[in-house]
This record gives sequence, C-alpha cells and structure tokens, in this order.
Amino acid sequence: MNPLDSLSGTVITGLVLTVLMVLAISAIAGGGGA
Amino acid sequence: MEFDSVFWGFLLRFAHVASGIMWIGLLWYFNFVQVAAVAGMPDELKPAIGKHIAPRALFWFRWSALSTVIFGLWLAWVEGYLADAMALGLTNSGAREVTIGFGMWLGLIMAFNVWMVIWPNQKKVLGMVEATDDQKKASARIALMASRANTAMSIPMLFAMLGIRHLADLGAFG
Repeated sequence: MNPLDSLSGTVITGLVLTVLMVLAISAIAGGGGA
Repeated sequence: MEFDSVFWGFLLRFAHVASGIMWIGLLWYFNFVQVAAVAGMPDELKPAIGKHIAPRALFWFRWSALSTVIFGLWLAWVEGYLADAMALGLTNSGAREVTIGFGMWLGLIMAFNVWMVIWPNQKKVLGMVEATDDQKKASARIALMASRANTAMSIPMLFAMLGIRHLADLGAFG
C-alpha cells in the first residue's frame, strides 16, 4: 500500500514531512522546538 | 526611488510568487481535480482531457516551475543568503537560512521531478512520443507517483517559504 495512491494519504504525508522539517530546522538553528 | 536590492528583491519576489502560484496551482489542479475526474469519466470523454486540456496545463506547469526556480534563486542571491541557505544553514545556523534552505531544496527536488520525471513520462502517456500501451501504462504510474510526491512536498515547501518571512519574526525556531 503506497500512501501516495490516495489524495488524503498524500496530504497526510505532506503534513508529516512538515513536522519532520520543523524538527530538523529547530535542531540545526539551535532553537528549543518550534 | 532607488533601484537598490530592496527594489529588485520586491520585483523578483513578485515574479517568484506569481510563477509559484501558477506552478503549484496547476499541480494541485492535477492532483485534487483532474486525476479523480478522469478516473470517473466515461471513456469517450477522456480524449477531451488528454488532447485538449492536459497538454495546455502541462505547458504552463513545466515552464512556471522553471521560472519559479530561476526567480527564487536570483532573489536569494540578490538578498545575499543563497549560499548559506543552500547549505541548509549549517554554515551559520541562522534560523532564516535553515528555514528557507529546506524550502529551496524541496522546491528544487520538485522542479527536477517536473522536468526529469513527470514531463518525459507524460509525453508518452499523451502520445507526444512513441510508446506501446504497456509503456504508456508504466509511464502514467510513474508520472502519477512523482506528481503525488510533489503534492506531498509542496506542503512543507510552502511552510518553509512562508516561514522565513513570518515564523522567524515571531521568534519560532529559537
């Protein structure tokens, strides 16, 4: 099952990527979380 | 009125955002509207999309993707953060450079997908280059997955693009 087969799976994948990106930005920029 | 980096920054940002609206607007049209509409459409109507709408939409889609990237990189260069952003801020740990850097890399990956994956495969699907029925079926699958991946990436990309102007001002990202 590929989450990109459905539109809702695609949007959820995008939101998960957003959370991971914010965590990575926080880590690199030395902040204490978003 | 001075034609300084503030002026050019505004002009380039306007061109970048206008191109980006065209690009992501069409990306979301494909994913939220056209794919589902074609799937549920009587077969005799499908050529209307394949022959008349999709080629036109793909023309504006791929060229606006390119101009979004060009104006965006030009803007980052004029405003002096191109190198630090491309290095994901690892060179200076600035929250703005890290944030926009993630957005820039997502945008570059998406533009690569448009030109190197989606467009070559769509040319086969739409019959613009020779392909067997099996090749068309495989190409349609690859193009759909690349388009869906771009839709997924467009969400964090937009978050990072807007984040540089707004979240950092609010004190987010430390």
